[in-house]
Amino acid sequence: MATTLFGVITLTLVAITAVATVMAKNLFVASMWFGIFSLLMASNFFLLDAADVALTEAAVGAGVSTVLFMGALALTAEKETHSTAGVSWLPILALVALSFALFIATFEQPVLGDINAPVHQHVAPWYIEKTPEFIDIPNMVAAILASYRGYDTLGEVIVIFAAGIGVLSVLGFRPKRRQEITGEQLGKKLRGVQHHSILRVVGKLIIPVLLLFGLLVQFHGKYTPGGGFSAGALFAAAVMLYGILEGADRSALAMPEKMMLKLAALGATLYTGVGIACMLLGGAFLDYNVLWSNPVAGQYLGILLVEFGVGLTVTTVLILIFNAIANRPTYQA
Amino acid sequence: MIVLDWLSGLLLLAGGLFVVIGGIGVLRMPDLYTRLHAASVAETLGAILIITGLMLVAGWSLASFKLFAILIFLLFTGPVAAYALANTAMLGGVKPDLKQGDE
Repeated sequence: MATTLFGVITLTLVAITAVATVMAKNLFVASMWFGIFSLLMASNFFLLDAADVALTEAAVGAGVSTVLFMGALALTAEKETHSTAGVSWLPILALVALSFALFIATFEQPVLGDINAPVHQHVAPWYIEKTPEFIDIPNMVAAILASYRGYDTLGEVIVIFAAGIGVLSVLGFRPKRRQEITGEQLGKKLRGVQHHSILRVVGKLIIPVLLLFGLLVQFHGKYTPGGGFSAGALFAAAVMLYGILEGADRSALAMPEKMMLKLAALGATLYTGVGIACMLLGGAFLDYNVLWSNPVAGQYLGILLVEFGVGLTVTTVLILIFNAIANRPTYQA
Repeated sequence: MIVLDWLSGLLLLAGGLFVVIGGIGVLRMPDLYTRLHAASVAETLGAILIITGLMLVAGWSLASFKLFAILIFLLFTGPVAAYALANTAMLGGVKPDLKQGDE
């Protein structure tokens, strides 16, 4: 009952923030709304007992992407440009029709928590019954993510890697015009502002704690909510905090682009490599059973390595994107 | 045990009250700095009271330690965030509303 009530409250707030995000003319305000939206979604996921997703949503949606939005806004204008074209009714009509159809479709959906819902009857009972026997880790989400649905997760890692490469290739394009302010000059200007010492001291206190928490989330993900994706976002957040406090040129110096690129590729390769190692040992691709003398230990090892690969790629790609955005030269008007 | 339950309930209620007061303050105060002041009430005093209340319910357990860690984290970050916001607003040229008795 309480869950439903809180769910209704958070989802209503989600709808309000979604409208506010779209309506905001100032892009800075819009990205702030978007951060609130993500945080509300995270709390809603948590209400639905999806702690792993909630952790990732809070870290990536409310934390990392807000920082990336800020960085991107520093490169462009803050205000939305008004399009001169009039209101086009066709898309609005299509959207209204689609929303109406979706609204009708919700009546066909099973009630929240309905034991007879297809999602609870299809493969879920098998996972719940067999995970203690086959994989023997308490956090079933990690087992599903890294082992049963290992192909999907491999795909996600490749997508993240490709996204990093894509952002880098877009940001690497530099038009030659006017006077450039490089990231280094910006960093010097930032470090010149001495009265930010409170921020810097507290920030430096938080960074090690953040990294420690990231390690916990990464390697304890088999027992408690967490895993490579959320841990990667936490590691990257620590580096971003450093970059914000000390200047992005320093964070780029600490985490050089070439090394990050290699590590990002290494993470994805590690994942694929574990899969190929399974094939060489006589199993199927990503069939961890063969990795160790007994299948359960093999699964354990496989999940550990694969999650590490995920964490490595996510961390390095997010750091790469942050450094690339924050260090891109801006132009004096 | 019953004493602890009552005490925790009292703390939670007081904490909730301060959060509500902070919320009203954010809506009613005239300018950014006074609003920030109101919000700080919710995020420091409110957080301390609510988390202490929850810790009393949890007893000596891992959950209690986690709550304590969250409290320390909030006490470090909340005021610093408020400071950073006020500082940036000041540097950005947001003037405090110093008019008195204009209504």
